Amino acid sequence: MKDTNATTAPVIEAKGLGLTFETNDGPVHALKDVTLTVGKGEFVSFIGPSGCGKTTFLRAIAALEYPTEGTLTVNGMSPDAARQARAYGYVFQAAGLYPWRTIAGNIKLPLEIMGFSKAEQEERVERVLALVDLDGFGRKFPWQLSGGMQQRASIARALAFDADILLMDEPFGALDEIVRDRLNEEVLKLWARTEKTIGFVTHSIPEAVYLSTRIVVMSPRPGRITDVIESTLPRERPLDIRDSPEFIAIAHRVREGLRAGHGDEV
Amino acid sequence: MKSLLPILTVLAAIVALWYAGTVWLNAQWTHDQAARAGVEVTFAEVVADAMAQERPVLPAPHQVARGLWDGVTGHKVTSKRSLVYHAQVTLSATLVGFVIGTLAGILLAVGIVHNRAMDLSVMPWAIASQTIPILAIAPMVIVVLASVGVTGLLPKAVISAYLSFFPVVVGMVKGLRAPDHMQLDLLRTYNAGRWDTFWKLRLPASMPYLFASLKVSVAASLVGAIVGELPAGASAGLGARLLSGSYYGQTIQIWAALFAAAILAAGLVMIIGVIERGTLRRMGMVR
Repeated sequence: MKDTNATTAPVIEAKGLGLTFETNDGPVHALKDVTLTVGKGEFVSFIGPSGCGKTTFLRAIAALEYPTEGTLTVNGMSPDAARQARAYGYVFQAAGLYPWRTIAGNIKLPLEIMGFSKAEQEERVERVLALVDLDGFGRKFPWQLSGGMQQRASIARALAFDADILLMDEPFGALDEIVRDRLNEEVLKLWARTEKTIGFVTHSIPEAVYLSTRIVVMSPRPGRITDVIESTLPRERPLDIRDSPEFIAIAHRVREGLRAGHGDEV
Repeated sequence: MKSLLPILTVLAAIVALWYAGTVWLNAQWTHDQAARAGVEVTFAEVVADAMAQERPVLPAPHQVARGLWDGVTGHKVTSKRSLVYHAQVTLSATLVGFVIGTLAGILLAVGIVHNRAMDLSVMPWAIASQTIPILAIAPMVIVVLASVGVTGLLPKAVISAYLSFFPVVVGMVKGLRAPDHMQLDLLRTYNAGRWDTFWKLRLPASMPYLFASLKVSVAASLVGAIVGELPAGASAGLGARLLSGSYYGQTIQIWAALFAAAILAAGLVMIIGVIERGTLRRMGMVR
């Protein structure tokens, strides 16, 4: 698949990327020949059925998995080096807040590890709490917050140390649709305000189309890219844009891509 | 106080069974005495006598209660006849053993979680150590330590620690491994080292497990201290009370000492429970 959006500086560059897990049942090709360039400030969604390698690809970018073939650079460095340079924040499917820390304490976790001063920690906590609309919730414990608020806190935690890249692995997969709609809107606002590069794994077509500047459709066995769709939607996206013919056309193309990738299995 | 009723019902049933057992087990002696004296005894007399013997097979609950009360309040706390004195001797060995055992247990657990060689080698030994009867080990510990000049509280504390480190190892290994992959991955994305992972994630996550273990291990510590008092023929401590009671057939003394030990153990477990609630509440882990 040829990239068309490599006009801006490349932030993530994958060339012929392959990743094989050795299991007792033989090798599993989680990723095969994945080539993709993500430019600065892009919002790229990865969509596909389970086993298509979308999460594995995100984890490889974050140096949580190591590719067995091809090359992968983040900000021109190896993923490991990029991690040491605090290049990205990672948001997991579950908020994963520490129950023994307050919301503010949870956001301070990466800041403590990275050695920010106490004053700087306080200042940053206030700033990112405001960014995710959780002002005043710093002293609450996670169990006192709803699932959606917990996930917002975990996004705040990923934003706290000013990484340029935000990697989100099905962050709203466990939330109900009403909450998910709101959080999608907020993520877009956040993206506009912070101009971060975002990699977003999802299995929801409307979510992918609504959020992304580019949608990467993937398919399993072996995990590979089957289509890359440029969004023609404007950057400003009210929720009702999802009823526009343009939106429906893109969603249709994603669905077609998913079906083609599945071959005769579905 | 709705919860009190079932507790009191069970307690009443136990006391009733106990009284029945007292009459049943002690009647033989009453009958023997009567036969020797050549008199007939009525059932009422048998019952009355069974509850008031000096060395009954099974003392009645009120006899044990009086023995306990006399032991606690009847003498100066420094007197060798005071249960408070003996309890305090046992308690000090228990607490020293508990501290040693807990520290050893935590250190071993940290080693097991962080070192593959220890993971594979230590656990089987720890389990094997608990399959050896403590009664067989205790005299050897006392004798060996006495031969190098260590006597008194420390040998008892060592036996106590021997019993109490095990629940802590098991609980802490489980607790330190409680964080799931996602939480560990999260720390990896921050480039956190083992040190941060331990202090900020593993240790706090293990706290509920630690306290559950401590409750078991503090009771085991007490058992260890009592057992440590038996083989040496110690002159002080609840174990010594048990031993001298059995030498002289003082069943009431034995039972009073047993109850003193049980009350002590319950108190220790309750204290751990209070510390647990306080700690976990401060950590925000109690809702």
